[in-house]
Amino acid sequence: MSVPADTAAAPATPAVDPLAALLLEVAGPAARLVPSLPGEYTLECDAAAWTAVATALRDHPQLRFDQLVDLCGVDYLEYGRSEWKTHSATGSGFSRGVARGVGAEPAARAPGTRFAVVAHLLSVAHNRRLRLRAFCADDADPMIDSLVGVWASANWFEREAFDLFGILFAGHPDLRRILTDYGFIGHPFRKDFPLIGHVEVRYDPAKQRVVYEPVSIEPRTLVPRVIRDDHRYAPGLAARGTK
Amino acid sequence: MAEIQSYTMNFGPQHPAAHGVLRLVLELDGEVIQKADPHIGLLHRATEKLAESKPFNQSIGYMDRLDYVSMMCNEHAYVMAIERLLGITPPLRAQYIRTMFDEITRILNHLMWLGAHGLDIGAMTVFLLAFKDRETLMDCYEAVSGTRMHATYYRPGGVHRDLPHEMPKYQASRWRTQKEADRLNEARAAGMLEFIEDFTRRFPKAVDEYETLLTDNRIWKQRTVNIGVVTPERALQLGFTGPMLRGSGIAWDLRKKQAYEVYDRMQFDIPVGVNGDCYDRYLVRIEELRQSNRIVAQCVEWLKQNPGPVMVADAKVRAPRREDMKGDMESLIHHFKFMTEGYCVPEGETYAAVEAPKGEFGIYIVSDGANKPYRLKCRAPGFPHLASLEEMVKGHMLADVVAVIGTQDIVFGEIDR
Repeated sequence: MSVPADTAAAPATPAVDPLAALLLEVAGPAARLVPSLPGEYTLECDAAAWTAVATALRDHPQLRFDQLVDLCGVDYLEYGRSEWKTHSATGSGFSRGVARGVGAEPAARAPGTRFAVVAHLLSVAHNRRLRLRAFCADDADPMIDSLVGVWASANWFEREAFDLFGILFAGHPDLRRILTDYGFIGHPFRKDFPLIGHVEVRYDPAKQRVVYEPVSIEPRTLVPRVIRDDHRYAPGLAARGTK
Repeated sequence: MAEIQSYTMNFGPQHPAAHGVLRLVLELDGEVIQKADPHIGLLHRATEKLAESKPFNQSIGYMDRLDYVSMMCNEHAYVMAIERLLGITPPLRAQYIRTMFDEITRILNHLMWLGAHGLDIGAMTVFLLAFKDRETLMDCYEAVSGTRMHATYYRPGGVHRDLPHEMPKYQASRWRTQKEADRLNEARAAGMLEFIEDFTRRFPKAVDEYETLLTDNRIWKQRTVNIGVVTPERALQLGFTGPMLRGSGIAWDLRKKQAYEVYDRMQFDIPVGVNGDCYDRYLVRIEELRQSNRIVAQCVEWLKQNPGPVMVADAKVRAPRREDMKGDMESLIHHFKFMTEGYCVPEGETYAAVEAPKGEFGIYIVSDGANKPYRLKCRAPGFPHLASLEEMVKGHMLADVVAVIGTQDIVFGEIDR
């Protein structure tokens, strides 16, 4: 499909965009702009500077990002990996060609680039949006400072990111699980957590209570995940990727 | 005997005023709330994770089931995000249809809210009246998509099909005489647009009727005035959007400020509250009913005069026509590939937000160039609203918790996802 020239990715460069320059100036040396869709701004900052950058963005009179609209975790473990690996036709259905699970392909990912925390900020005063992202340094125990002190709305969003991705937010007043079951084990939105889960529940009439058992269903891929280079001629798209 | 200072009470998840499956652990001193801890997640279905395992188009139906009383608005944010990544714009007629259905959805949602909120704090009649009027709009949903609620009508690149030229009719039966059926069919004689037009003409009177029941009602005011007051500064801090933010006096509406589709061509006003209490939020939503009705009427007017395509012509994102598939092998192959594998979306990320009836409903998509989203995040407006429940009810009486839950317009489909 053709992408009109005016909607092609134009990396916001400080030289031509005063807002980009201002963002970089306010956020300081720990942050950099990454290419995004036109009209969108994405700042990526070091995890250590997370709250400092957030506070600066909130308080600067020309930016005033006074609302944290959304905060979520992202697990980049399988980013850019296709499940559909056959190069010749198989005689026994596509499921032979589906490469499932982690480790199907060696991870070329540098350490400290697996878990990201993405915050979407909104300035009601200036009618602007900004995406702020930081990667957690440790892939095994991702940890980052909490934004609750900067925006009160971060409270539940961070609980959710902790619950689903296991990202720890230092300084959070009440970091409990929020969406999953009482006593749930694991972090279900991580890419290495299977879609079917690990346990299933049923009512056991003999014990007269609900019991947890290992799942009895098999994981299936109905439609393999494929990456096609349909957009190879679209201007600037190759440079648009975030990682 | 030791003096009991405070005690803990469990509220929900099977309480009729819990709007689904809210569980609240309340700490009370007498009848005064000291602490409120909402336990959510009882309706968690991992929609976002499911969406990561399906081609883009197959998740549209899941969006309906997030906020299940404002179905099409959820779809809207999702298809808008995909459209942004693909760099496509739907035809103008599709944009008008979407705007119209967004507003129909807003009326549907606010009527549901009005009925439930009234019922929660002791006003039964308004519930029955509101549901009577919802029925007309449900019929519009059904006529256009085949289902009354979970429409799956919006598509990246437009809407599934054009508005129907006739409405289904009532038939005489053992329970309904011919005369009665004829009366019901009066508004259904012509096409769907005429049916909606008829609704927009009588709806302002219906809103007047609700207002007669509530606005100056002494009991209604005693239950809502000065309950759950939120200052504008606090509302921003807490991430409030939609009527919750406007009720606190901040004139912020994405339809005006970051207009999408054809909202910039529409004439409508944004009501704002003054005190930020439950009563002001009630007034804001009532006025939104009237304004939405205005927008629907304007869309009907335009749609009547401007026929045209409702889907982009780009064959990458639309299925081939049925007639083509009968005689053309390439179309059949394309249909098969489109319906199974879907289409690949360029690498990138975007956040698309719409002014859903409850507030800002946003979809954040990270795509790595595959036929499925790499990460999907639904930003539900009710989530930060419910998060601030404790702050809003602290110091109020137990009965006011129900009023505050009602005023937040909580729906668990979107909060638990």
